Amino acid sequence: MTINRVEIDAAAEALPGHFGPYGGRFVPEALTAALDELDAAFRAAMTDPAFAEELSSLERDYTGRPSIMTRAHRFAEYCGGAHIYLKREDLNHTGSHKINNVLGQALLTQRMGKKRVIAETGAGQHGVASATAAALLGLECTVYMGEEDTKRQALNVARMKLLGAEVIPVTTGSRTLKDAINEAMRDWVTTVDRTHYLLGTVTGPAPFPEMVRTFHSVIGREAREQILSLEGRLPDAAVACVGGGSNAMGLFSGFMDDPSVQLRGYEAGGDGVETGRHAARFAAGTPGVLHGARTYVMQDEWGQTVSSHSISAGLDYPGVGPEHAWLHDTGRAMYEAVNDDEAMNAFQILSKTEGIIPAIETAHALAGAMRLGQELGPDAVIVVNLSGRGDKDVETAARWFGIPLGDRE
Amino acid sequence: MNPRLSSVFETARAESRAALIGYLPAGFPDHRSSVELFHAMTDAGVDAIEVGLPYSDPLMDGPAIQEAVSMALEAGTTTDVVLDIVEQISGHGATALVMSYWNPIERYGVQRFAERLASAGGVGVITPDLTPEEAGPWSAATDAFGIDRVFLVAPSSTQVRIDTVTSATTGFVYAASTMGVTGARGQVSSAAPELVARVREATKLPIAVGLGVSTAAQAQDVARYSDGVIVGSAFVNAILEATDLAAALRAVSKLATELSAGVRGEA
Repeated sequence: MTINRVEIDAAAEALPGHFGPYGGRFVPEALTAALDELDAAFRAAMTDPAFAEELSSLERDYTGRPSIMTRAHRFAEYCGGAHIYLKREDLNHTGSHKINNVLGQALLTQRMGKKRVIAETGAGQHGVASATAAALLGLECTVYMGEEDTKRQALNVARMKLLGAEVIPVTTGSRTLKDAINEAMRDWVTTVDRTHYLLGTVTGPAPFPEMVRTFHSVIGREAREQILSLEGRLPDAAVACVGGGSNAMGLFSGFMDDPSVQLRGYEAGGDGVETGRHAARFAAGTPGVLHGARTYVMQDEWGQTVSSHSISAGLDYPGVGPEHAWLHDTGRAMYEAVNDDEAMNAFQILSKTEGIIPAIETAHALAGAMRLGQELGPDAVIVVNLSGRGDKDVETAARWFGIPLGDRE
Repeated sequence: MNPRLSSVFETARAESRAALIGYLPAGFPDHRSSVELFHAMTDAGVDAIEVGLPYSDPLMDGPAIQEAVSMALEAGTTTDVVLDIVEQISGHGATALVMSYWNPIERYGVQRFAERLASAGGVGVITPDLTPEEAGPWSAATDAFGIDRVFLVAPSSTQVRIDTVTSATTGFVYAASTMGVTGARGQVSSAAPELVARVREATKLPIAVGLGVSTAAQAQDVARYSDGVIVGSAFVNAILEATDLAAALRAVSKLATELSAGVRGEA
């Protein structure tokens, strides 16, 4: 379904922070000043060589960038024999791509003279990364996490606490990522003079989608350079999973101006799009406004948000980054749903063929690569963003595959 | 400006007092009870009613309104139910505005919503998460159907923002008294009088103050420097604490009567 263009403000589309009719700022007026301040700090930092130097030395000496690119020969047998390359964001400090954005925003927090950060988290990866950066830079950190997610990701809750962060379980609504964002927004509107909301993905009001994509664009820049050196040519496709869509935007941004490179995003199909229990915004959502931006939203005919479902807490979100909505409508990127069982199959295959246990979020991208490899054939070159490692998911995966967990059972 | 809404403020001004605006989510605790509760507010002297359109993600609201809204949604309150309630209470003599997060309006259809609200007798809409920058089609629709569009200002608003917001607003300006979410507070923020003074420099529109006003004494205090006093969570709490509808109606009437005395300086 496409948006009813007549009722969208054509003048607003020309303003910064919009991706066609998507994006923008739909927030309480109380937050406008803070968003303006953030926007100004971000733009000043982007033209300041000192900021670039500070960020890139943290990336090098703390995160461990550049992340390597691994050719997956054995996994490729399950992908129609295509050349499969894994961009190893799982090897970053804290175990996922999330740290890229967090370090950038934490440095901005310091520049704005704020002493406290708050964050939402689903799977806990962004919460852990935020707690980590806060510890590194001496900032106070509070993480909001749906109560449901604190149970499925108990290990990450403990990690955040060990890092000195306060974790607040959110008991409203569906008790997942969507409600954690609501609660973080409520905190922010109350404490905005001393607090930065370290939003973890390419959603939310402007400038968040653009800013978070910018801090993750290092993924795409490195990947483009690496694949050119490894294969001597551009890939046929860049593949990523899409919850809010930050790891995907990071990878896609490196190939945006290369029209021969297909951009492929995989969202969570849960139990199957036809069951209604999924997080497939493009397959089953419609344009709407959620959490400060116009984008594709899972909603009913009255505009009430519908609860999403996925085995992956990180993809279990009824909205998606507004730039993805625009890439979808323009056809520059293509999005498909991957169900829980297909993702878990890919999870197991990668583990057993390459000795790499991926995050369950990432497993959706791997399942996508398996489909795409079959489609494109053995000569195809496919770059997959291996956005996170699966340590946090061991318990969920063990339960899925019926592996006994000893005294924890 | 919608003539019925402007007459609310003109009447109050003629009586040297502030207008009292009362909020409840529509359909809370259910469709029929909700209509009776709004009637009770009107009958007890509330000058204008803010009919909340229940939304699944009320990120500007505190615990009391969140709970009420989720009860309303569970009771099956749709946008059509909200419009029906507006029609019923307008027929009962209320001056009714809708308070809605933006997505339900966009989903319903901007033109369609403005048209249906006007034909239901509604006088305006308060949109707490719509900024003037995104409101082009909404301004056209509200103008076309003669209903007011109320935007908010906050203590953090710069003077430039206040100018932008007030020039997009019709009816009255909603001044959020504090940086935070809805909910009863021990005292009204000291930021409120300063904010109202800054808004006065930018506009001749009436200014109503909301967020954190819950008692007659607070209403009396706010009425000294504003043209309208908005009370929401206190009504919601009164209903949440009541054991049955009869008790809720009594509690709402009592609170409305007290607040009505408050805005008249008789608390």
